[in-house]
Amino acid sequence: MRSVVVAAAALLLAGGASAQTIKIGILGPMSFVQGEHHWAGAEMARDEINKAGGINVGGKRRQVELIRGDTNEIQSIPDATNAIERVITREKADFLVGGFRSEAVLAMQEVAADYKKLFLGAGSAHPQLGVRVEQNYDRYKYWFRVTPLNSTDLGKTLVGVLGTVAGQIRKELNRPNPKIAIIAEKAIWVEPIVKALPPVFQKMQMEVVGVWQPSATATDVTAELAAIDRAGADIVFTLLSGPVGITVGRQMGERGMKGVAFGINVEAQKEEFWNAAAGKAQFVSTIDTFAEVEMTPKTLPFVRAFRAKFGKPPTYNAGTYDAIFLLKEAIEKAGSTDADKLVPVLEKTSYVAAFGVLEFDKRHDPVWAPGKNTGMAVQWQDGKKVPFWPPQVKGMQPFKLPAR
Amino acid sequence: MLQDILVTGLVNGGVYALLAIGFSLIFGVARIVNIAHTAFYMLAAYLFYTLLVKVGLGFVLSGIVAVAAVTLLSVVCYWLVIEPVREHDAAVLIATIALGYIFQELMLISFGGHYLGIPSTLEGGVRLLGVSIPYQRLLILVVAAAVLAVTWFVLYRTRLGLAIRATANDLEVANLMGMNVHRVAMATVAISVALAAIAGVVVAPVFVVDPFMWLSPLVTMLAIVVLGGLGSLKGSLIGALIIGYVEAVTVFALPAGAYLKGAVALLIMVAVLLARPEGLFGVAFEEER
Repeated sequence: MRSVVVAAAALLLAGGASAQTIKIGILGPMSFVQGEHHWAGAEMARDEINKAGGINVGGKRRQVELIRGDTNEIQSIPDATNAIERVITREKADFLVGGFRSEAVLAMQEVAADYKKLFLGAGSAHPQLGVRVEQNYDRYKYWFRVTPLNSTDLGKTLVGVLGTVAGQIRKELNRPNPKIAIIAEKAIWVEPIVKALPPVFQKMQMEVVGVWQPSATATDVTAELAAIDRAGADIVFTLLSGPVGITVGRQMGERGMKGVAFGINVEAQKEEFWNAAAGKAQFVSTIDTFAEVEMTPKTLPFVRAFRAKFGKPPTYNAGTYDAIFLLKEAIEKAGSTDADKLVPVLEKTSYVAAFGVLEFDKRHDPVWAPGKNTGMAVQWQDGKKVPFWPPQVKGMQPFKLPAR
Repeated sequence: MLQDILVTGLVNGGVYALLAIGFSLIFGVARIVNIAHTAFYMLAAYLFYTLLVKVGLGFVLSGIVAVAAVTLLSVVCYWLVIEPVREHDAAVLIATIALGYIFQELMLISFGGHYLGIPSTLEGGVRLLGVSIPYQRLLILVVAAAVLAVTWFVLYRTRLGLAIRATANDLEVANLMGMNVHRVAMATVAISVALAAIAGVVVAPVFVVDPFMWLSPLVTMLAIVVLGGLGSLKGSLIGALIIGYVEAVTVFALPAGAYLKGAVALLIMVAVLLARPEGLFGVAFEEER
């Protein structure tokens, strides 16, 4: 009898304790770098918030509790939908943060909408996630994208950086019309960019020599690179999120290609990229989200604290850090954890994040605005990831071209 | 463009040949369809990475230890997994699929889903017909040729080779003649997996090492051995070159469809099988035996 009473008391205590916390489900492929950064960013936010007393919900302080939702989405989309279901129904998450692979996030967005759970994205760039919000607001209004910019806006950043890169090629190599080759993995997130950019490049007085589309998991791109080399490309414009990004970087170095790689290369955003490419990826450049520069007053402290804690700089998936702080701000403004009350608060927010100033448009996508939120660009130089764009931001360094 | 296709196709064909030869050998002489073949190749790549990058043993020692350890593991796997079900082809197929996935998950647990790079054994490269080729890829071609020659020598010029061919030809008669057929089968598995491990050690430096690296070459390798004729070493070599060239032509002729190179290679395989169900050298191999 005594053991029953003790068990009942323990249950009551556990129930009481969990009522004091705000449960945030962190969704990501936890065996992979993306999930690791989702979790690491969230842990930092949780620790900082809890240390400062938690989140003030209508006068009551509540601690943040993280729930680890391993979506395994790189391997399996059903695993991702199972994970979000589990986090919502069994673990009783109040909010959802994370996601990476567009195909999986599109599926998880449906589950979150079914349960009317606020879902802050920190990984997928696909525009359809925002289009759904605009077209069926009542169902999808609970979705907000924190990082990265949607792929259309990423295109704007790419064009901006490319202007700088092409200008340098014109000046240093005396090429009035630089030749550009596009190498884009076959995935749904690249399709809008691949369609939109060639005419833009032509307007920028660059000659597009071709579009190559290997698989996102291709382990060999020698044929593609031989063709690009033969076409005399000055710029190899990359749209790569899978491991093919490492293959491209490494094999370009092994071939001693004269063209410089710039674009989106998600693998090149990671600290492990240089070693994964066996130190061959000299001058590979990509747009990125975090570096030790002063995008906002929060950038440097966040990146340095992240590096100190985890031994590496954050990738854009660590945007879970900003997502959780954004959530905290919204909850404190609304004085409630009710998703329907938080949506209008988030829609009106102007939040200074570590990567830029975050405001949402009618699709709940981050507003792309120079000086506020454009992302940045980095280049690998002698084993170090060097930030070089936007040039006006304090801490940026020069972009370099391969020797000819 | 023609010289690009010629050189790229040859180099990539060499990579594929190295992977396909061992797989073909084990089926040709022991009638074992070892789906875990490329998983052993993956294990060798991981072990090579660990010994070279983490332990710092050096290229030669790391390579030898990796090949020897994976070969030893294959013998253990043969005893535990393949031998008990060897009489049932479907069971062998399923058991080796399971083995491949077990290895994959073990690597995922041990190393995470990180992509790892192995430094090149040989740095630098050469320009051939205006096409730049890294030395590492030439090394793969040389190793593929050497492995083929040694395999041929072992099969056709040694007593072990004679025993392997005799067992493959008629297991019961070989048994009645006093041969230890289980030991012969085990030796065949060991030789076959050693070839996969050698492939892992020399090919991995041009690829990225990750727990799923065995799946993509598995499909290509199956296409090659079916195209060349199951069990035919000559067929595997020629099949590998055909697939290498088909992929190169696809990329050069259809840049925006480069991701289709695997599909086009499989299409060629289906077309050849429709015209010649035994593959290009299936019958020739039967005669050779």
